[in-house]
Amino acid sequence: MELTLSIRRRGLARWKPAAGLLIATVVLGWAAGALESRGYPWEGLAAWVVSLGSGIVLLMVASGLLAGGDRVFRAVCRLAAVGIVLLVLAILAELVANSMPSIRKFGIGFLFSTQWDHITGHFGAVSSIFGTLASTLIAMLLAGPLALLIALFLVELAPPWMSRIVGGAIELLAAIPSIIYGMWGMFIFAPYLQNHIQPAMNRWLGWTGLFSGPPLGIGLLPAGIILALMILPFITAVARDVFQMVPAVVKESAYGMGATTWEVTRKVTLRYGARGIAGGLFLGLGRAIGETMAVTFVIGNNHHISTSLNSSSNTISSTIANEFIEATDPIYYSSLVELGLVLLVMTMAINVIADLWLKRLGKSMGAL
Amino acid sequence: MDPKALSWHIEQAGPMRPRGRRGRRLLNRGVCAFSIASAAVGLLFLAWILWTVMHRGAAAINWTFFTHRLAPPGAEDGGVGNAIVGTLLMTLLATLLAVPIGLLAGVWLSEFGRDSRLAGIVRMFCNVLMGTPSILIGLFIYTVIVIQTRPPHFSGYAGAIALAILMLPLVARTAEEMLRLVPNELRESAMALAMPRWRVTLTILFRSAKAGIITGIVLAVARVSGETAPLMFTALNSNYWPDTMNEQMSNLTMTVYQYAKSPYPDWQQQAWGAALLITAGVLVTTLGARLILLTGRGRGARR
Repeated sequence: MELTLSIRRRGLARWKPAAGLLIATVVLGWAAGALESRGYPWEGLAAWVVSLGSGIVLLMVASGLLAGGDRVFRAVCRLAAVGIVLLVLAILAELVANSMPSIRKFGIGFLFSTQWDHITGHFGAVSSIFGTLASTLIAMLLAGPLALLIALFLVELAPPWMSRIVGGAIELLAAIPSIIYGMWGMFIFAPYLQNHIQPAMNRWLGWTGLFSGPPLGIGLLPAGIILALMILPFITAVARDVFQMVPAVVKESAYGMGATTWEVTRKVTLRYGARGIAGGLFLGLGRAIGETMAVTFVIGNNHHISTSLNSSSNTISSTIANEFIEATDPIYYSSLVELGLVLLVMTMAINVIADLWLKRLGKSMGAL
Repeated sequence: MDPKALSWHIEQAGPMRPRGRRGRRLLNRGVCAFSIASAAVGLLFLAWILWTVMHRGAAAINWTFFTHRLAPPGAEDGGVGNAIVGTLLMTLLATLLAVPIGLLAGVWLSEFGRDSRLAGIVRMFCNVLMGTPSILIGLFIYTVIVIQTRPPHFSGYAGAIALAILMLPLVARTAEEMLRLVPNELRESAMALAMPRWRVTLTILFRSAKAGIITGIVLAVARVSGETAPLMFTALNSNYWPDTMNEQMSNLTMTVYQYAKSPYPDWQQQAWGAALLITAGVLVTTLGARLILLTGRGRGARR
């Protein structure tokens, strides 16, 4: 009896600061709105921040103070976790809702129409999907082998100190913001490609039909190359982890049989980690397919389908980036949102597959 | 390794047919050479990009560049001061929004959800959100905030919320990972002292996973602060010093985008300067965070 009383009393004592915080949260939140509407924006912002902070502290205190503190804490944590799921679903739902006018008007034909004409109001996704897939394909063809070779270098060939430095440098490629890639691509790389690489390609590889048309520097090829650079660190990181996970005993026994480094890699390492590497490739694919800024700078933004890598093209994300602000016409707007929806569905599918394949690896894709 | 597993691996490897020793060696040499060359190519491009940004950007940087606001082309006294302030503010607000929620979600995944089915689903959605193109996040915020506010307007708040959504899964997953590395004995001994779970988590687990979690947050902040696409339809850009976050807000990345695409040489010059600021900021933060983790204090950290 006494015990419960004392607990209750202590619980009561803890109410005071909590009540204070509750009042502070409400008052500050209200003050924030009031200040901001009366032309004291900075004071308003500060009040918002403090209000938010006290709200969070309040949440934590509240979770401790109730008799079932742990239950509340657990519920709050769970709410946050489930919130992420709901957020993804909300993004999906919102894009579906906003693309409804376009879905109603064009139906499934949206996915098969090559038209993109905002004067007559006919929209189709084919040119954007084609550009997205083509530039991603180029990126994967370049980055996949390159990443595997770099991972091989990092794990098998380089001495540890060099491996650490080179590996860190390759990872830095992932830290460079995509707009920097875009700017570098447009001002430096595209002219270089136009003057030095593309004429040679046209001459020697022109027979393939992939390099017809004048070399402009911008177009599918530079977009693919820059995307390849951007996804290189992701695939390399996964491939390196996969290579390192192969048990040393297995590799050593192959070396003991007289196998060369390449043979060990091809016949032991790659087979052992095939699934992980596939997961890594899908991770890179997911990044490449949705990349916006870098591509927007160099792809030329043209709703035009051509098999030539020299021709300018567009991707789903570059189309949205370029045209969204101008799209005042409702059907134009909702067609752009529907393009976004197509992209979202594509990246979701790719990420789920990558997730399933990487699960076995225990590799996370967090910030580290 | 037990013999059964070993024989499985050997079966996986398939038969090794005899081949000329010379050919095999040559092939091996060739692959090794290619491997070294690939690493060199990667480094070359990194150096090329960084050098370009430094070289071109340095020419734009002077005192006015930091202290003045965006100006029309041809103006003598243009700077990116307001864009720096805008980027910092939006990143700050995004961090304030995303970190508490992300940490709580990470706690749930590591402490309560663990291997349950719901936890698996949450992890998968985290990864999906991480892989969602950032421009779609911008689109989402445009539809739920920008056009819903009365009157519809772009705002720094919308930009910050978009950035926060990008940060959220990063924070959640790193927090989970770092908390999972804390040895179970710590939880058990604390709970044996009748500490409630919430206090164990907040006072003991967070403290022992501090270095890793802070590094993760800093890396997430660095990544988000260099984003352009989510700001395009949310904060847009502005030529003025921000008066409030409830209006179009200047920021560095959109400034780079608009200036670089413009035909004016002086704007392009300033775009390079701003690009240098962004790159330097992001890279220094990223490297700094990794260094903190490497130099000892990263107990229980992965890398």
